[in-house]
Amino acid sequence: MSCEKWQEQLDAWVDGELPPDGAREFREHLRSCAECSAAALDAAQLKRAVAHAAVRYTPSQEFRARIAGQIQSKPRPRWAWWPAALVAAAVLLVAAGLILTARQQSRRTWQEVSDLHVTDLASATPVEVVSSDRHTVKPWFQGKLPFTFNLPELGGSDFTLVGGRMAFLDGAPAAHLLFGVRKHYVSVFIAKAGRSGGEPASFNGTSWTQGGLRYYVVTDASPADVAKLEELLKAAK
Amino acid sequence: MPLLEPLYNFAHWLTQSREEAEDLVQETYAKALKGFGTFQPGTNFRAWMFRILRNSFLTSRSGLKATMPLEDAEEAQLLPASPETLALGREDEELVRAALEQLPVVYREVILLCDWEQMSYGDIAAMLGVPIGTVMSRISRARRAVRQFLVAAYRIPDVKKKSDK
Repeated sequence: MSCEKWQEQLDAWVDGELPPDGAREFREHLRSCAECSAAALDAAQLKRAVAHAAVRYTPSQEFRARIAGQIQSKPRPRWAWWPAALVAAAVLLVAAGLILTARQQSRRTWQEVSDLHVTDLASATPVEVVSSDRHTVKPWFQGKLPFTFNLPELGGSDFTLVGGRMAFLDGAPAAHLLFGVRKHYVSVFIAKAGRSGGEPASFNGTSWTQGGLRYYVVTDASPADVAKLEELLKAAK
Repeated sequence: MPLLEPLYNFAHWLTQSREEAEDLVQETYAKALKGFGTFQPGTNFRAWMFRILRNSFLTSRSGLKATMPLEDAEEAQLLPASPETLALGREDEELVRAALEQLPVVYREVILLCDWEQMSYGDIAAMLGVPIGTVMSRISRARRAVRQFLVAAYRIPDVKKKSDK
């Protein structure tokens, strides 16, 4: 069959695993070949159907409680706060469709943001620039990011600046700032705007756009703390 | 609870039993807590947890049973892909689940990791400890088997009634 070469790439195509050049050639071929177009559509549909059908089993309340107890009763290992971070972490979402709607895209971003928050707290070096001084943290990002942002004066609030590091959100560079509020940590991600905000998966959090930048706040601290930090960040000059 | 839902779902798909899935997930969290020092910061935490779960499954009772005929399953001859298109609708969900259930575990895990968990081929290969080419051929075989199951089901009117033939 003349299309054998393309049919062999069908799986890699629906899974988004073709290199950019290969994907472009594949798309061009689809435009001119009805048979392969139908096969690609069919394969995408099957993939989506499997993704939907796979979401099937949920843990019982009793079992959830058992695992929560298991995590909390363990003697704390290297990082005393990581089990707390673990307990607080997001229940991650399953992106079911191949073609992501804006809503799914924003969910995915929240999932990414939540993952980054948890793995970062769990890492041996949660921040690359360790400083509570905004005048140290802000310049550190200069030249690393294609934008600048302002950090608030935290004196008189419950928040402290722990530090910052580089992150990638949706494949674009972002600033990841870590704040402390009492015993909790709050991650703030700042990236170029143009993405939808939506709601976080299960952490408390919020998102807004300001001055052409998109802000994400993720934490296990209370919604009231989230609102306070949002206010401080919005007022930062 | 981080990842409890997806880990539990995956464990249940692997073991096909609530009780064993619960044991498996519990073991996974215990190992993760104990071995947290071995987690490489900056790498994929989610994939790390899935890998612990999958490794625990391999040494579990049903895991040993399920993966023993792995080599045979690898060689199993599946019929060539059917030219029929499936035209799946939402109402076919149960049928797709049945198709996934009847897959040997080696195929079930790759198709779930790829389609539901949306892991990259590279991450799946690292998790299973096999070359990417093996992941690709397993995914392709898994899909063919699911497709065959569905096509066969459509042909039997008792199992699935199509509106027109």
